[in-house]
Order: sequence, then C-alpha cells, then structure tokens
Amino acid sequence: MLSILSPTNSKLASKRGSSLQMQWGRIGIYGFLLVTALFFLLPLYVMLVTSFKGLDEIRLSSIFAMPQEFSWDYWKIAWSSACTGLECSGLKVGFWNSVKILIPSVIISVMFGAINGYALSFWKIKGANILFACLLLGAFIPYQVFIYPLIRVYAEIGIYGTLTGVVVSHVIFGMPIMTLLFRNYYSTLPLELFNAARIDGAGFFKVFFVIMLPMSTPIIIVAVIMQVTNIWNDFLIGLVFAGSDNLPMTVQLNNIVNTTTGERAYNVNMAATILTSLVPLIIYVASGRWFVRGIASGAVKG
Amino acid sequence: MGNVSINKLDISYDTTFILNQLDLSIEDGEFVVLLGPSGCGKSTLLNAIGGLIDTTGGSIYFDGNDVTWADPKDRGIGMVFQSYALYPTMSVEKNMSFGLRIAGVDKETIARKVDWAAKLLQLEPLLKRKPASLSGGQRQRVAIGRALVRDAGIYLFDEPLSNLDAKLRTELRLEIKKLHQKLKSTMIYVTHDQIEALTLADRIAVMKDGVIQQLDTPYNIYNKPDNLFVATFLGSPSMNCLEGTLYSNGGKVTFFSADMLLDVSDYQFMKEPDDGQHVTMGIRPEHIQTLEADKEDANLVSGVIELVEPMGSETLIWTRFTSQQTLSHSVSSELVFAKGERVNVKIEPSKCSFFDTETGFRI
Ligand SMILES: Nc1ncnc2c1ncn2[C@@H]1O[C@H](COP(=O)(O)OP(=O)(O)OP(=O)(O)O)[C@@H](O)[C@H]1O
Ligand SMILES: [Mg+2]
Repeated sequence: MLSILSPTNSKLASKRGSSLQMQWGRIGIYGFLLVTALFFLLPLYVMLVTSFKGLDEIRLSSIFAMPQEFSWDYWKIAWSSACTGLECSGLKVGFWNSVKILIPSVIISVMFGAINGYALSFWKIKGANILFACLLLGAFIPYQVFIYPLIRVYAEIGIYGTLTGVVVSHVIFGMPIMTLLFRNYYSTLPLELFNAARIDGAGFFKVFFVIMLPMSTPIIIVAVIMQVTNIWNDFLIGLVFAGSDNLPMTVQLNNIVNTTTGERAYNVNMAATILTSLVPLIIYVASGRWFVRGIASGAVKG
Repeated sequence: MGNVSINKLDISYDTTFILNQLDLSIEDGEFVVLLGPSGCGKSTLLNAIGGLIDTTGGSIYFDGNDVTWADPKDRGIGMVFQSYALYPTMSVEKNMSFGLRIAGVDKETIARKVDWAAKLLQLEPLLKRKPASLSGGQRQRVAIGRALVRDAGIYLFDEPLSNLDAKLRTELRLEIKKLHQKLKSTMIYVTHDQIEALTLADRIAVMKDGVIQQLDTPYNIYNKPDNLFVATFLGSPSMNCLEGTLYSNGGKVTFFSADMLLDVSDYQFMKEPDDGQHVTMGIRPEHIQTLEADKEDANLVSGVIELVEPMGSETLIWTRFTSQQTLSHSVSSELVFAKGERVNVKIEPSKCSFFDTETGFRI
C-alpha cells in the first residue's frame, strides 16, 4: 500500500512542500496513522507474547510484558496435540481439512462466478435481467435461512456431512457475489471485442477461455482473495455441513479454546488462534498490491 | 459469392424501431457505403448483416440463402470494428490468425495468409507486438488485416478510419480502394465522412432515421439527389437552397424567388411541373459561374459580396442578392474578390435540383 501511495505524496510534497502548514499537516496524518496502527496491533502483540509464555508467567506478569522464558512449546501443542473434545491431535487436522475444503471451493466458485458473469454480460439471454436480479437478492439474504432446507436436500442426495457437501455449500453461497463481481468487470469490456471473436468463429467457451479469461487477471485475484478469506474464516457452514471428519480449522479452534476440562491454556489458545488466522493474513500481505490494483481497475464499483 | 439482399428488415430495441422495413440489395463484388448522420442506424444495419444483433422482422439473404438467424461465424464475413476490437492479450500475428486457428486451418496456410496480409498492410515488423504497443493507425491496419485473412465473401467495415488523423486516413482510404479492386469481394462500409463515401463507393446508401433515402452512384447522389436531405447532407461547402415558385407557360418554365427570376426550361423535370408549385431550388457553389459585373448573359443575377472565405484550392464567396437571399459560390483562388464588390453570377438550370417544398422530393 505504502509503496503505491508514496510516489504521489512525494510529488505533492515537492510541489508545495516548503509550506510550513503542509509539514504540520503531514506530521498530523502520520501521527494519526501511527496511533491507529498501534491500536489495532496491540491485540496481536498481546496474543504473540502470551503464546510464548508459560502459564505461571501469564498469571503473574503483565499481559504486555515480553516472555521471560521464551518457548515454542505451546505452538507445537496447538499444532499437534491440543485436545478438541475427546481427540487430542491439535489443529493440524483442522488445517488440512480447511485446505481440502478451500482449494476446490475457491476454484469452483471463482470459475462459476466468472462464467456466470461472462454469460450475463455478453450473451443476451432471455430473462438474463431477472436472473441477475435474483442473484442480487441472493447476495443480500442471510444464508442462515438456507441452512435447514439445504440439510434436507443434502441428506436426500447423500452428501450431507461430507467434503462434497461443504464444497457445494461454499460454491452456492459464494455464487451471487462472485457473479456480481465478474459481471461488473466484464460489462466494462467493450462489446465489440466479443463481437469480433464471434465473427472469428469462436463459440461460448472459446470466447470465454481464449479472449475473456486472459483479460481477467486483476478481477480473478480480487475474487480469489475474497473467497479464500471468506471460506477460510467460515465457521457455520463447516460446522453444519462438513461432518465430524472434515471439520475446518475454525471449528477445531473453537473446540480447543472451549474445552472445559482442566485449566485454560491461554498460551496454547493464543498460538492456535494465530495459526488459524495465518492463511488469510499471508494472503493479504502477499497480494495487497494486487488487491488494490484489481479494485482500482473498476472491478468492484456499482 | 457475396450477393446481399435485405427484405423489409426491422430492428427494434424494446419498442423503438431503429430500422423500419428496410430494403437493400447489393451485388456481388460491389462496394456500398452506408452514409448518414450519427445515430441514423448505420452500425445497427451493419451489425444485423453480420448477425451480431437479432432482427425483429424481415429477412437477410446471402447469395439467395436465408441467413437471418444464422450465426455470425456461418455467414462467411470479415468485419472491421470502429474501435479496432483487437484481442489485447494476443500478439498482432495471433490476432490476425485467431479466426483461422479456430476454423482448424493448417499451420502452413495460416502462416502464408498472415504473411500476405502483413505485407499488404505493411505490418511485417509489428507481428510480434501486442496491440497496446501499437499506434492508432497500426491498430487499425491490424484490424483490417484480421478481417482480410479470413477469405470472406463479404467484408463489413464500421467507420474503420474514423479515429485517424487526416493524412493517415487518406492513405488508408486509398489502400482500401486498392484492396477492393484486388480482392473483388463485396464490401459494405459505414462512414459519416462524405469524402470517404464519394471516393470509395460504387454505390452510396444515404440513411436518415433508419431509412435509406437514396441508393445510387456517387455521381447521382451528388448531382441528382432524390430529396432535400440528401442534397444538403452531401457537399462541403453545402448546397444553396432557394425557396420560390415555378410558373409553367407552354413549355417555358420560370423560377421566381423574391426578386430573382430564372428561366429554367432546360432543367429535366421528372414530370411537367404544376403552374404555381412551391419549390426549393438547390444549386451547389461550384455550379454557379461567377462573372464580372459588366458581362451580359441569360440567367444572370447580380449582388454584392458579403464575405470571402479562402479555402486553399478555391475561394468561397458569399454574395447577397436580395434582402433575404445569399448564395455561396466558389471561384478559383487566383481570382481576387473583395467584400462590397458587385458581381454577376450565372445559374445553369441543368445543374440545379428542384424539390417540392412540401414533400422535399426531387421533381
Ligand atoms: N443497445 C441499444 N439500446 C437502445 N437503443 C440503441 C442501442 N444501440 C443503439 N441504439 C440506438 O439506435 C440508433 C442507431 O444507432 P447506430 O449505432 O446504428 O447509429 P450509427 O448510425 O452507427 O451512428 P454513429 O455514426 O454515431 O456510429 C441510435 O439512435 C441509438 O441510440
Ligand atoms: Mg456507428
């Protein structure tokens, strides 16, 4: 982010940087940003230091204090041997479950969203507007409403409590927003491009895969980031549809933190929480620039 | 192959008709230009021929085959779009060969055709570049090349030169004309530039509000316009129009307008005009002869110069003849005229056009 903003700032500064007022203005802005950043980083800091402290130290020292006996043990416990109910094999099971859910869900929902958006903006299908209105509506209805009917349907066709069940649910619930995203992106592309491809003899999928998809990189990145964070952070769908063998990391985290037996292992809980949020965090840090670029390219307006 | 016949074509968006009962028939190998003001439905008609929009009514035939509902790819057409519409992720070469690759043409033939088009359009050094790194004129040539490699019987051009500067436009106009002479395919060309239309076309279809006003050779469109709209739409500087009355008296027809009285018996009326018919006389500036003030001749009118506009090869003079009437007439730029000078002009009736003032049709 900063690397994107700074060139314009420095240009501004060189133009009228000599003014004293500007200098004070900048100090004010940076001061504000610093305070805000500290405010949001504080909990993370507390979590980090706590996850390296022993329980005694946690009880005795201030929560802001640095660990005196630095130890990775609690991270290891959180990863491989913390108890989630009766089982004690840590978060790693949940992590791999989440990965198993995430990869197909993201790929399928982004793909479907792209094809839907493409079909809606380029192929003048009868009733396309009504379909789009329904999708819009779908994006605003709280998805809890659908859970019970879906359970019945899944039970009927035999995918309730399976990996397929969760993936299908994520694809369904991601569809409206993904379609919306891609439709808005594709409607900014010129219709003549599509017409040219049709004159050249390309059919529905040829136009999509050869012409449109290679032009969609910025919006695909936005879509993938959105879906990865949504699906990774999901709790309810995983809890309801995954069945006990496929519980995602978030559900397992909850189970670890909420185990009622014995003393509360704050250090392990903190480590487990950080571990769980690591994937979206890495995604954001690694792709923030792309995300901004994708949004700036007019993708998510309207 | 390349005969196009359009019968009673209707195109409408929702309830507004853009094209209404349009008929158009184009011969094989003909170069037809669709000319008209912005929004008159030229692109709509072209897209309908290309199969890119659905028709509301009527039918389209290519070589006698009904293609009204045929897919664009099955129509055997090549099309150049107004906005180039090049595939941004493909190189120039890939852009041009896309259609052939989809059609499953073998590599050798593709290479040969792309080379041919590249040579023709002087695109050889650019083949590996992406469209984003080309200039407007280069992109335009790629777009033309992409249409040409397809070996279509019918080529559709939608204002292909509209975004270019004057010099490049003239150059490419010439290229297109040469191309047509070489390929002998049917070409349908949309423009609102009348010079392009007049220079390129075998026949011009002048359109207004979705209706073809006149379909004729450039000569006839320019010199014998069917109605007032065609008369005033073409020509720069535009045609002079004088409203007046025709008096017919035993084979002698006179045109009377304000203080002006002209013997127009030489004009070829399509049918005998009514005595006292209200008409509009149209005469192009270059068809008015400018004489010195003391010359005597028939059909002379005399007036005072109001404005002199030098236009390079010629000079346009605006002369006031009566309190309501000014006529523009052009003279060679070597002759010097000044504002306030008195001139006589001669109006040749056979070069005029007469229109019924009420209907606007040629009489
Ligand atoms: N998708 C659409 N929905 C409704 N009306 C449309 C649509 N596309 C075009 N029109 C209307 O159809 C008419 C003809 O449009 P068209 O694009 O054929 O004009 P044109 O003659 O090509 O003009 P130009 O020279 O400006 O390109 C215009 O009045 C336009 O407003
Ligand atoms: Mg147009």
